[in-house]
Amino acid sequence: MSEDFNDSKTIQAQSSETISGGGATPTPDIDYVRPAELPDQDLYHGHSFITKWVFCQDAKVIGVQYFLLATFTGIIGLILSWLMRLQLGFPGAAGFMTAEHYYQFVTMHGMIMVVYFLTALFLGGFGNYLIPLMTGARDMVFPYVNMVSFWMFFVAVGVLLASFFVPGGPTGSGWTLYPPQAILEGTPGSGMGIILMCVSLILFVAGFTMGGLNYLITVLQARTRGMTLMRMPLTVWGIFTATVLAMLAFPALLVSALMMTLDKVLETSFFMPTILKAGEVLEYGGGTPILFQHLFWFFGHPEVYIVALPAFGIISDLISVHSRKNIFGYRMMVWAIVVIGALSFFVWAHHMYVSGMHPWFGFFFATTTLIIAVPTAMKVYNWVLTLWRGNIRLNTVMLWCLGFIVTFVNGGITGIFLGNVTVDVPLSDTYFVVAHFHMVMGIAPLMVIMGAVYHWFPLVAGRMLSEKLGKWHFWITFLGAYSIYFPMHYLGFIGVPRRYFEMYDSPYITSAVGMNQFISTAAFIVGAAQFILIYNIIVSLKIGKPAGKNPWQANSLEWLTPTVPPEHGNWGDKLPVVHRWPYDYSVPGAKEDFIPQTTPPSEVVETKVEKT
Amino acid sequence: MHVGFIFLAVIVGSVLFHIFTPWYWTDIASNWGSMDDTITLTFWVGGGVFVAVCLFMVYCVFRFSYKEGRKAEYKPEDKKLEKILTWSTTLGVAALLAPGLIVWNQYINVPKNAIDVDVMAWQWGWQYRLPGEDGKLGSTKVENINDNNPFGIILEDINGKDDVLIQSDVLHLKNNRPVKILLRSVDVLHNWYVPQFRAKMDAVPGTITYYWFEPNKVGEYEVLCAEYCGVGHYGMRGRVFVKSEQDYKNWIEEQETFSDLIAKQKEIEFSEKKLAKNNLND
Repeated sequence: MSEDFNDSKTIQAQSSETISGGGATPTPDIDYVRPAELPDQDLYHGHSFITKWVFCQDAKVIGVQYFLLATFTGIIGLILSWLMRLQLGFPGAAGFMTAEHYYQFVTMHGMIMVVYFLTALFLGGFGNYLIPLMTGARDMVFPYVNMVSFWMFFVAVGVLLASFFVPGGPTGSGWTLYPPQAILEGTPGSGMGIILMCVSLILFVAGFTMGGLNYLITVLQARTRGMTLMRMPLTVWGIFTATVLAMLAFPALLVSALMMTLDKVLETSFFMPTILKAGEVLEYGGGTPILFQHLFWFFGHPEVYIVALPAFGIISDLISVHSRKNIFGYRMMVWAIVVIGALSFFVWAHHMYVSGMHPWFGFFFATTTLIIAVPTAMKVYNWVLTLWRGNIRLNTVMLWCLGFIVTFVNGGITGIFLGNVTVDVPLSDTYFVVAHFHMVMGIAPLMVIMGAVYHWFPLVAGRMLSEKLGKWHFWITFLGAYSIYFPMHYLGFIGVPRRYFEMYDSPYITSAVGMNQFISTAAFIVGAAQFILIYNIIVSLKIGKPAGKNPWQANSLEWLTPTVPPEHGNWGDKLPVVHRWPYDYSVPGAKEDFIPQTTPPSEVVETKVEKT
Repeated sequence: MHVGFIFLAVIVGSVLFHIFTPWYWTDIASNWGSMDDTITLTFWVGGGVFVAVCLFMVYCVFRFSYKEGRKAEYKPEDKKLEKILTWSTTLGVAALLAPGLIVWNQYINVPKNAIDVDVMAWQWGWQYRLPGEDGKLGSTKVENINDNNPFGIILEDINGKDDVLIQSDVLHLKNNRPVKILLRSVDVLHNWYVPQFRAKMDAVPGTITYYWFEPNKVGEYEVLCAEYCGVGHYGMRGRVFVKSEQDYKNWIEEQETFSDLIAKQKEIEFSEKKLAKNNLND
């Protein structure tokens, strides 16, 4: 190894000598890129079906595996939400729906969507597929560990779904799993259900850590020549920063799941004070439920950004490509991602303003929370400023981007309501909160996922998705989802509390019956519309228009592989060499409206590139 | 073209919905009008930003949608514009935060003349305790709770003897007199919430939490549990009556105090003993 290093150093020294010694007046080589410091990666190429498609070490296959399994659990989450909406809009319509079932569905829907769907999909799915391709690596740096990561996730999902079939059913303690109720009778699934939930989370975190280390080290160590950090696409920046957050935040979830399991199984009292149940004092004492909330939200708030930052990154790239314009304020965008990531560790207790924690915390966490609004707002401005004076292709991908901007700004603004401690007091634990986080963390990231699917499907499959079906899919989803969650905020204003199986006949709540029916109906339609995408994917895989190379005329590396779809190892014999950032669209003087990252300056000398 | 129009309709629709919505605040019945004001301010500022950003987006869609041969502008950065946007956003955010913090300061500092109300929660119900003539509540302990001492009052605590016990989920409050709600729970998290009073706080087992408000409208209100507490959560309701001073006085005089309860129990014990003695004599 050390010899290799010495060799490359000599090569470097020689080459610079040749440059300066080339003539009487030294002309620096404008195409010069520092040589690689590490030898090319050796990859294990699978030969059998099992090693190629099942226990596969190719990050792209692992990415697709993550994507499919996360989508599968996401569909389960969707079906659960239908059942909940059926009860809320039309109480009693489903005969089997008891309060126990309702709360179990609420809990599983929440946990599945946040952790097993969104997190797994953005980091496991898009992260695996895009990081090596976008940074010009052959694969993740630890392909074997990467494979194990997926299969841990697989087992975690298995354990989670197994809880539907154990006595007592899955836990019904709400996705936040607050003790003491999570482990006491009186909450559905307080036996095996909650234990399996904790075990599944522990497995998920363990598996995710394996993947996460891969993403981090690949970004830090395996980038190709010329791919400096400030030339990375924002997608990679988003996923990278989100992974840093995940590495720091998930341990808090891990310990809280572990301590809760101990409280349940061994009757330790980490989170359990003295409790009176049916006239008997239980064996617990000395713990505090608020500790769990701190641990949970120390994970739970960064978790929001673990989902949001990759979405921010991806949407930036999609908007830039389809506006034929460089992302506005790239450096600001990178710093905003990093600053949001860092700040996200100082805002967790804004979920706990009315939890009974020390009231003075309110001042601190309200301030940090509103500070985080500033870099977030900067990102929004930069997205719309990227559209400004662009040449916007109004294709399906762009529609999802526009939908994202509307829903994200809407959900971000309601976040300012809830982050501002006083405003949170009347609104917390009402439907305003439900509407807020579904808009900002459900619908907005979903818009990004959909945009990303329509954008990168041609790369993964080599064929285009149907634009016509895509547009139907978008309009039903966007208009439907918006009409679910926008009016739902107003239920919160009335004071309708969340997690109510039935509303009964409080006068101010009965006024909302009609709205609940409307919301439920819209939810059924939006959910059903997602099957348009599945149909589109299945049909397009067979008869979609062949994509060819770089169908969107994009700059970033993933579109520049020698074969489409890219093969294992990504780059054929020779790794790409990067000469510029990925946003050279519509550069004055250039023949075309895009200059791929691999184009050396000598080929486009007549252009006026401001940044490389 | 239709893309821009649909997005425009969504934005205009949102604003119209907000103006004409039949679903909005329940009529406030406490002193926390300042919370509503903070929300209204946030609506103006936040709503303004939402409309402005979205309208700008729609403008871009109309003005800059794809035309063959046109080239987008190439301008990677605009330091000045970014600076203006950063500082104006910071200013806007500060303008929202300041009133929020001021009202929060009022929320956590209870006025001196507030009446303490012990709200005790369990799966799934409420009961209340008010101070007697001494104006002080006796201290309690979960382990002390039993049929004879439903609130778990520590017997040695002199302050507890005249406490007024309300073993029912119906509480009465005096109009225009601040109350300090002291929350405790014997099992899991709960939250005593009356939408018309705006205020809320979790009841946490193992500790006592508080908040305060001043009811200012005579009437009947529904109490909702606002922190998920297990399968009976949605049924955990209660009622509050806000009454005029005289009505309140009449009501509280009818209620049983802790010493009444102890006396009654002694009587029962005595008569039971007597009964047992008589039986023995027979």
